[in-house]
Amino acid sequence: MASVAAGERPTRPPAIVRPRREGTATWPLADRICHALCWAVGVGLCVITIAIVVFMLVKGITYLRPKLFIEHPAPAGPGAQAKSGGFLDPIVGTFIVTAIGIAIAAPAGIGLATWLNEYGRPRWLARTVESAIEMIAGVPSIVLAIFGLVIFSRPFLAFLSQPGATVALSQSFIIAGIMMSLLALPLVFTATRESLTQLPPRLREASYALGKTRATTIRRVLLPSPQMRTGMATGVVLGMGRIIGDTAILTILLGSTLKNEAVGHVPVWGTLRGTGSTLTSYIYNNSPAGEGGAPQKAYAAAFLLLMSVLVLNAAVTRLTGGQGGATRLTRIGRRALLTGVGGNG
Amino acid sequence: MAVGVLHRPGRGATAGIDQQRAVKADRRAELTLGALGVGVLALIGLMLVTVLINAWPSFSANGLSWFGSGGEVVTQFRAMQSGTPLPGHSVLYFRAWPLIWGTLITTVPAALIALVVSTLAAIFLIEFAPASVRRVLEPVVRLLAGIPSVVYGLFGILVLVPYVNEHLISNARKASVEHVVQLNGADLFTATLVLTLMILPIMIAISAGALSAVPPAWREGSAALGVNRWRTMWRVSVRTARPAIAAGLVLATARALGEAIMLSMLSGGRPFAANPLDGLTFFFEPVQPLAATIVKEFGGQSGGPVASTIYAIAAVLLFSAALLSLAAWAVKQPLKRYGIGA
Amino acid sequence: MDDLDTEPMLPPPIRRIEVDREPHVAPARPAPNGNGVAVAAPRPRNVRPPALGARERMSIDGVWLAYGENWVVRDVSLPVRQGEVLALIGASGSGKTTLLRSLNRLTEITAGAGRAGSITLDGQDIHEIEVNALRRRVTMVFQQPNPFPMSIFENVAYALREKPGGRRRGRRSQLEPAVREALRRAGLHDEVGEDLDRSALALSGGQQQRLCIARALAAEPEVLLLDEPCSALDPISTAVIEDLVIGLRESVAVVIVTHNLQQAFRVADHVAFMHLGELVEYGTSEEVFDHPIQRRTRDYISGAFG
Repeated sequence: MASVAAGERPTRPPAIVRPRREGTATWPLADRICHALCWAVGVGLCVITIAIVVFMLVKGITYLRPKLFIEHPAPAGPGAQAKSGGFLDPIVGTFIVTAIGIAIAAPAGIGLATWLNEYGRPRWLARTVESAIEMIAGVPSIVLAIFGLVIFSRPFLAFLSQPGATVALSQSFIIAGIMMSLLALPLVFTATRESLTQLPPRLREASYALGKTRATTIRRVLLPSPQMRTGMATGVVLGMGRIIGDTAILTILLGSTLKNEAVGHVPVWGTLRGTGSTLTSYIYNNSPAGEGGAPQKAYAAAFLLLMSVLVLNAAVTRLTGGQGGATRLTRIGRRALLTGVGGNG
Repeated sequence: MAVGVLHRPGRGATAGIDQQRAVKADRRAELTLGALGVGVLALIGLMLVTVLINAWPSFSANGLSWFGSGGEVVTQFRAMQSGTPLPGHSVLYFRAWPLIWGTLITTVPAALIALVVSTLAAIFLIEFAPASVRRVLEPVVRLLAGIPSVVYGLFGILVLVPYVNEHLISNARKASVEHVVQLNGADLFTATLVLTLMILPIMIAISAGALSAVPPAWREGSAALGVNRWRTMWRVSVRTARPAIAAGLVLATARALGEAIMLSMLSGGRPFAANPLDGLTFFFEPVQPLAATIVKEFGGQSGGPVASTIYAIAAVLLFSAALLSLAAWAVKQPLKRYGIGA
Repeated sequence: MDDLDTEPMLPPPIRRIEVDREPHVAPARPAPNGNGVAVAAPRPRNVRPPALGARERMSIDGVWLAYGENWVVRDVSLPVRQGEVLALIGASGSGKTTLLRSLNRLTEITAGAGRAGSITLDGQDIHEIEVNALRRRVTMVFQQPNPFPMSIFENVAYALREKPGGRRRGRRSQLEPAVREALRRAGLHDEVGEDLDRSALALSGGQQQRLCIARALAAEPEVLLLDEPCSALDPISTAVIEDLVIGLRESVAVVIVTHNLQQAFRVADHVAFMHLGELVEYGTSEEVFDHPIQRRTRDYISGAFG
């Protein structure tokens, strides 16, 4: 019964009770087991991942020395691992390959997404191009590497690497960079496309109403808008992450030399034509799977790689809206998870 | 007033020329970008054609038995490299079954385990995890997705392989198969374990996205009927999200299929058809999936029998990836009914 | 062409719609603060003796509900009886939906919900009954029809399967009679009886809502809560559901929230008018609609606000 006398109205309630979430104690046994399993999986996943990452970071930091950054790799003699050179070349190599890859993928991806969304005629062509890019996204990078091998070993393309007896060598930075751009292309394309479709129609309408052509609208109104900038930036960062993390293309198209060996005497072009290593191929070659020389250096290089992945991840999180989270991901953000900053292969 | 031609505003006498120039510029832009699209298509077509052409010698020399078994892959490759064919066969003689088998027994178990684990993890993320745990789990999943495969491989080869070698494989076991193969910890078990870890984040992301897109009205309706949270999640949300989960499975399988680097580091020293009849030892026998074979056997040549065989393997991988892409597209169709994106 | 518009069109004159009856000025009760301003009385105004056989199933006693720091329901006391329909009326934000949802503890799903006071079902505090068992006895139908993306049969059988000890994987033949009975009670069997395997999402809005009612009835609840069930439906479906509700009240206690006064008038036996979280007036339908005591009730019913 009401705890007030007739006519009196209390101004505040006796005590407030905040109900807790539905407890599981009363559930049937099968449901409780499943609930416990969910918890086990969730927590276990966190623990395992954090353990692995922390382990790699700690191991890496123990072997990381500043001089490693400025020395060229030297072949490790037996017992001389810790002293024989650093990874300046792989770092430079990573930069080169990423730069080339993004330099090709970014304009191509943005251009294709723009064309598809703003023009898109004839329809069959648009649909085919869209499917083609989806297909590229699904191809394993090792297969892309083989593609590159096939094409760039044609003798008339020997200027991109080195000429050989009957076929070109087809191993060089520029060739690797070109094929890497195919890795990044779908990511830039999708991110740009998503941003374009999410632009409010009034932007376009306002511009057309002023008599501007489509081309001008795209160039002056759509692409510079903040949402597009964010979307394109996200795509580019995702693409960079994918390129940085890939190794398969490099084992086929960059060879397994540790140092960057230029070809010919033209300064920049010679390096681009030459072979060398990047962080990923350096790790691979220094692990027991490659020449097996220097696991410590491999750990140190892996540390660098992990750090750059973490930084890129953080950048993507910042770009796709801060909190993010699987429950509130935009489609671009979810795409980032799908292909991962490190990605395939 | 009749409806007339739509006139663009122009200024004075130059209005017509401006308009024409503008339209021409528009057309130019459209053609340029369109040419880019055509270029991409041409590139893909070119790549498909050249790989198939270069793979053809290997397929034609072996016929359908290319996929069969017969002999050791290692000896076949040595024969190709040295140019001396094995007795009774051509120099292109190749039987890929051990590699195909290796691909199957790493990819399929990894996909199935990942299916179960990722569904549970997604349910946990969406329904049961308190906010503090969720704040940790989401970045963790993103992190898992971002680790490059060579780092997974490094961790595996420097930590897991020695551990498995010393603690999980007894000397007796090693001795029992010594005459056929060396057990050293780089094997089916290790490789499948790490492969599962690698494909988990894709599936978790897709499943969690689909689960959270289930209309809250259905979950509320189920709760109001007195169904507990787990059963609501299972009977309503997971059931609705089934197409998305299937699409995630297909994508994850494609990723597992194409994984070359990590598997080449962890799956074992030689292309060996692990024998399930060996009992538990089966899990500790080395395997070599198709993609890893390309990495291992590539010696820098771009012509000759070795290259042709490698192109053939790449063609098989490409074909499988294309099939899986198609399957993913087909599986996502029912999702459009509820507008649940994946 | 004719010029149809020679005269400028004037807008239609604005009329105030007035309820056509004599204002009933009931003698004001002595206000405790005594300054003439009507003060909401915390007790039900005039509780008629329960009709014969109308036993009290749920009792709401001095209930306060809050979301975060906002008090949404303040000190409400009401009885819910079997054999009659209780209508909660009031403007938006009056707390009637929150009160309804607290009856089956659905308010607990929202984080930050708080409560005080007690609600009992057959004498037992509902917070001591296991929440899912409670929700099987007190079921709810929502404003927007929300049938699951399954067949009609599966929708209605859902509640039956999920009963603990219920025939979870029960075969069609075992569950079918109960499903058909629930559909009959909801007045849907004639329309869908032949093909129960059709997708529930293919039904019309009114049919979906009746399906939701059938689903709620399948578990044979003791109390049925309806949250503005007809607000998304056309008038014909509305009429069908209102007849349904009147027919159901013998077997279940019905509490219906509605912002449609005519509907409350048609359907309800007892009416509770809530305003800004407080129970302003409670009585039989004739009392509240024909002889409202509180000025706020009078104003609301005559359409002065809402």
